[in-house]
Amino acid sequence: MPTIPELKKICSQVRRDIVRMTSAVNSGHPGGSMGCTEYFVAMYYEIMKFDPAKFNMDGKSEDIFFLSNGHISPVWYSVLAHRGFFPVDELNTFRRLNSRLQGHPTTAEHLPGVRVASGSLGQGLSVAIGTALAKKLNKDGSFVYTLHGDGEMEEGQIWEAAMFAAAHKVDNIISTIDVNGLQIDGKTDDVLSLGDLKAKWVSFGWDVLECNGNDIENLIATLKEAQKHTGKGKPVMILMKTIMGKGVDFMEDHHKWHGTAPNAEELSKALAQLEETLGDY
Amino acid sequence: MNKYSYTEKKDTRSGFGVGLSELGEKNPKVVALCADLTGSLKMDAFAKKHPERFFQVGIAEANMMGIAAGLTIGGYIPFTGTFANFSTGRVYDQIRQSIAYSKKNVKICASHAGLTLGEDGATHQILEDIGLMKMLPGMTVINTCDFNQTKAATLAIAEMVGPVYLRFGRPSVPVFTPADQKFEIGKAVTLTEGTDVTIFATGHLVWKALEAESALREKGVSVEVINIHTIKPLDAAAILRSVKKTKCVVSAEEHNILGGMGESIAQLLARELPTPMEFVAVNDTFGESGTPDDLMKKYGLDIPDIVKAVEKVIARKMVEV
Repeated sequence: MPTIPELKKICSQVRRDIVRMTSAVNSGHPGGSMGCTEYFVAMYYEIMKFDPAKFNMDGKSEDIFFLSNGHISPVWYSVLAHRGFFPVDELNTFRRLNSRLQGHPTTAEHLPGVRVASGSLGQGLSVAIGTALAKKLNKDGSFVYTLHGDGEMEEGQIWEAAMFAAAHKVDNIISTIDVNGLQIDGKTDDVLSLGDLKAKWVSFGWDVLECNGNDIENLIATLKEAQKHTGKGKPVMILMKTIMGKGVDFMEDHHKWHGTAPNAEELSKALAQLEETLGDY
Repeated sequence: MNKYSYTEKKDTRSGFGVGLSELGEKNPKVVALCADLTGSLKMDAFAKKHPERFFQVGIAEANMMGIAAGLTIGGYIPFTGTFANFSTGRVYDQIRQSIAYSKKNVKICASHAGLTLGEDGATHQILEDIGLMKMLPGMTVINTCDFNQTKAATLAIAEMVGPVYLRFGRPSVPVFTPADQKFEIGKAVTLTEGTDVTIFATGHLVWKALEAESALREKGVSVEVINIHTIKPLDAAAILRSVKKTKCVVSAEEHNILGGMGESIAQLLARELPTPMEFVAVNDTFGESGTPDDLMKKYGLDIPDIVKAVEKVIARKMVEV
């Protein structure tokens, strides 16, 4: 297991990858990716049980992760690559023709690590519930994890899924919402206020935890705590506070960076703030 | 006299229910999901016998499609059941992204398709579903004609890997296909051989096409009736073989003329064998409340409509020859 300082170094490299990948193709979604960097590093280096060399669709006896807000693919791709699911060099192909690293994740190109397409929001929780039910039928005690954006909570399907998971006691699922308070058009409070998100999930019958998603120690502790909350008849939700664009001062906490790539000048400024720790791809 | 006979009428959805129940016994990987229409979809038997493999999702079809996609991860074969309208139009993006694009082995089973849903009216009478589903890459689209064929198709789709849209209906219709006839996905079934015209029919219109054949035979017209139960992939070889012989075509389906089986056949013929063709289908309009029989008459999907279309297309063939 890497130490906390080692995990922080990985985070720095992942953030470098994110700004470089998006800048190279002048597109993609760096902001949410940078906000969720600690989450992905924690999940893939500390929390989940899996074998990257033996990736297969069914993932029996392995923990399974679904990214519902597929637009933050850069952070996922970077972590999957560094974790050995595919060569790190392949990050060069992100969003280019004939790539397995599509703008939004897909199974169509058989990229190891991905089990369903996502991009059109609100669908991942339902899919994850299905897989969690399959694990129960298979008497497979491993977990199903999902990540969602807070803007994604505006999709009605999320609440269909929320109701189902509680009613059917799908208690082997640990979901996380990236609460950065921003979406494409601005602040979630201004676009469509989410109201009291915690109260909503509690009233829908979920066991709700909260954490700071940019504090990796707090995040790991919360994810481990969440595992202890499984198997008790309730699905588990983590409301994870993050800062969009975390790690680069001029990108932090502004919705502009939801779906805008840094230009060449911005890229060099960003890279100056992010230590190269594992070697750039 | 009709070359085919029947001793009873049954609804195609009951064929689905019996097939699903049989699958439950045969294949432990088959699971079923329903969105508060268990009785209408005839899924009660499966639900009762295999409660651990049956998921009541409530009135939440989008969630149902997503859960079905997720159940395939771990090796299950999910069958979703709701009305055709809620199986397609309501959940198109969920099917597109989580099932079709993701290549998930989900069987989308849809009852109450088309006008014959009857009195509930146009909100529920989807006439666009074949078009919606056939446009999705990798989706197999099947529309069965009677109880036996629907049962056989239900069993057959569990054996293939890939997403399927299985369309059937509400009313009781003649049971005329053999109970032991194996369902071959993508293989058209020639019901009568003829030389003057080919009628390609699907779903409830297959029986009406056979009735039309009988009426036309009495007038001296030799009609080939072919059941296109699989609209995608289309049995191009069987279609071209027949059309080379008869040189004119009528399509008959309980669907909008836009996007239906007839359109698929017309596209094939335009490329391979341009041929005079007439379409018995709903003419780009919504339905309305009424009895199934009254609706089929009003919207031009009845036996006399098929006869008229045949006479028209044969006249066209004569002029063009």
